[in-house]
Amino acid sequence: MADASISPEPLVAPENGPSVLRRLAQRKLALLGLLIILICVGGAVFARWIAPLDPYEQFFDGLTIEGAPLPPNATFWFGTDLLGRDLFSRILYGAQTSLVIGLVANGAALLIGTIVGVTAGYFRGVVGAVLMRFTDLMMAFPALLLAICLAAIFSPSLWIVAMVIAFVNWVQTARVIFTQTSSLAERDYIAAEKTLGAGHGRILFMHILPHLIPTLIVWGTLGISTTVLLEATLSFLGIGVQPPIPSWGNIIFENQTYFQSAPWLVFIPGAAILLLALAFNLVGDALRDILDPTQQGRD
Amino acid sequence: MAAYILRRLVQSALILLGVSFITFVLLYVLPADPVRQIAGRSATAATVESIRQQLGLDQPFFVQYANYLLNLVQGDFGRSYLQKTEVAELIASRLPATLLLLVAAIGCELLIGLPLGIVAALNRGKAVDNSLMLTSFLTVSAPQFVVALLLLFVFAVKLGWFPIGGYGTFAHLVLPALTLGILGSGWYSRIMRSSMIDVLRADFIRTARAKGLGRSKVILGHALPNAILPIIAMIGIDIGLFMSGIVVVESVFGWPGIGQLAWQAIQRVDIPIIMGVTLVSAFGIVIGNLIADLISPLIDPRIKLR
Repeated sequence: MADASISPEPLVAPENGPSVLRRLAQRKLALLGLLIILICVGGAVFARWIAPLDPYEQFFDGLTIEGAPLPPNATFWFGTDLLGRDLFSRILYGAQTSLVIGLVANGAALLIGTIVGVTAGYFRGVVGAVLMRFTDLMMAFPALLLAICLAAIFSPSLWIVAMVIAFVNWVQTARVIFTQTSSLAERDYIAAEKTLGAGHGRILFMHILPHLIPTLIVWGTLGISTTVLLEATLSFLGIGVQPPIPSWGNIIFENQTYFQSAPWLVFIPGAAILLLALAFNLVGDALRDILDPTQQGRD
Repeated sequence: MAAYILRRLVQSALILLGVSFITFVLLYVLPADPVRQIAGRSATAATVESIRQQLGLDQPFFVQYANYLLNLVQGDFGRSYLQKTEVAELIASRLPATLLLLVAAIGCELLIGLPLGIVAALNRGKAVDNSLMLTSFLTVSAPQFVVALLLLFVFAVKLGWFPIGGYGTFAHLVLPALTLGILGSGWYSRIMRSSMIDVLRADFIRTARAKGLGRSKVILGHALPNAILPIIAMIGIDIGLFMSGIVVVESVFGWPGIGQLAWQAIQRVDIPIIMGVTLVSAFGIVIGNLIADLISPLIDPRIKLR
């Protein structure tokens, strides 16, 4: 594809943290993304103090006389859900779910992807070949279908959902890391290190992994977006995070029947999912531009 | 060329074999017991055992897998545990709806994505470009079911232009296709934009301009045909993404394709159907990638077959 062409720019040394942050701050879209992430993380961490009401309490005055959810008002800022619970507080606590799954599932996927990619790219041999064929195989799997199957099969819980997502999401990371590692492993300085008697451990940790860090940062950031969307989808189908624990996806799942008369119950959590996924995509894309010299000047 | 095609075909067959094995393993270690589901709660141990024997679920794992493969090669996907129908028949009856949605969705993606990408490339760095790229990020970040519900709410519930769900007429097709089209358009517009920018920098464009051709002739006659090449490979890969996404969209819109079939089967632990749909989807993905790989060098001789 378009991005596959090799650009003539030389590889530059990975930049240090402060300079990356400064360059990130110069991009409006990335700043917007950072701001959304900050609000979301703040809301999740301080939910206990910010949330005006208990997210699990079913309020007596939280439903109309007919038993329908209330639209947004002074007491219930985002309205109430089908059980008369405060939607704003549930959205705040739902941010915790999204971020925890985003970090755990994506962290696990990155770890698996890196181990597979580095093993196959550096050690090669039979194990490497088998690992990469397995990766090819996983690429041909309909990922969402697989995740839905797995989530439905194992009785869903927060951690099962995280593991299912990690299991279908490590593949891309593995491929990218494999390509990078195998090209790094052929560099002259690695051969020189070997001649000087350096062991695999030293070469891997001193010379290969440091070069992979920019890629891992970029894929880690973009991956959170994918993870957030996948968790929301599984929870929306009722096989993700289980109520009463609030997750943005299962709030929509629970309230779907009121979708015509109380659209805020679907579209407020929906907007939250969209904004969080968007934020990580914006930041990830900006990081890719900054950290990957082969991408410079392309966009 | 012939050797390359043969090698890719063998590779594809091996991948499908692998997919069938992994799906079988996953469903075999399934904690939920389908026999219990079929027999019901009140069934005696003897009934449960006889159902198990009937379905061949008492045999060793590899015997079951070998039998499954043997039937599969003959086009036999097995029978649904609950509906007692041939899985191949079920899938065949649902496939046309899914394929119709596939064609309509990819059509929408191209119709929305390509013009946006071209406009963005021609206005590179300007406000139009930035807002179009933000839009493409939005579409890539939007959850399918939220877009589906939003379109339903606006165009079916509020405006009443389209039916809430179902199948049969053109009006039924619009919203599901549009949902997938909007979501997929982001990728196309980004690829189109960067491809167009690359082409506009090329020497032959400078030559075309230098010989005095008008702007629209340069863009439509020279730049576009070259810039569109990566899109064609993208469509092949897109089939795979599509196959993965239909479960949600078909469920929300009540579209009677294989995605809805899979979702119903997953809820009832009807393993033969789940396996069948997974294999058909994987087949779609493999074929899509194969087409992308085989067509790219034909339309662009600079890409060499590996």
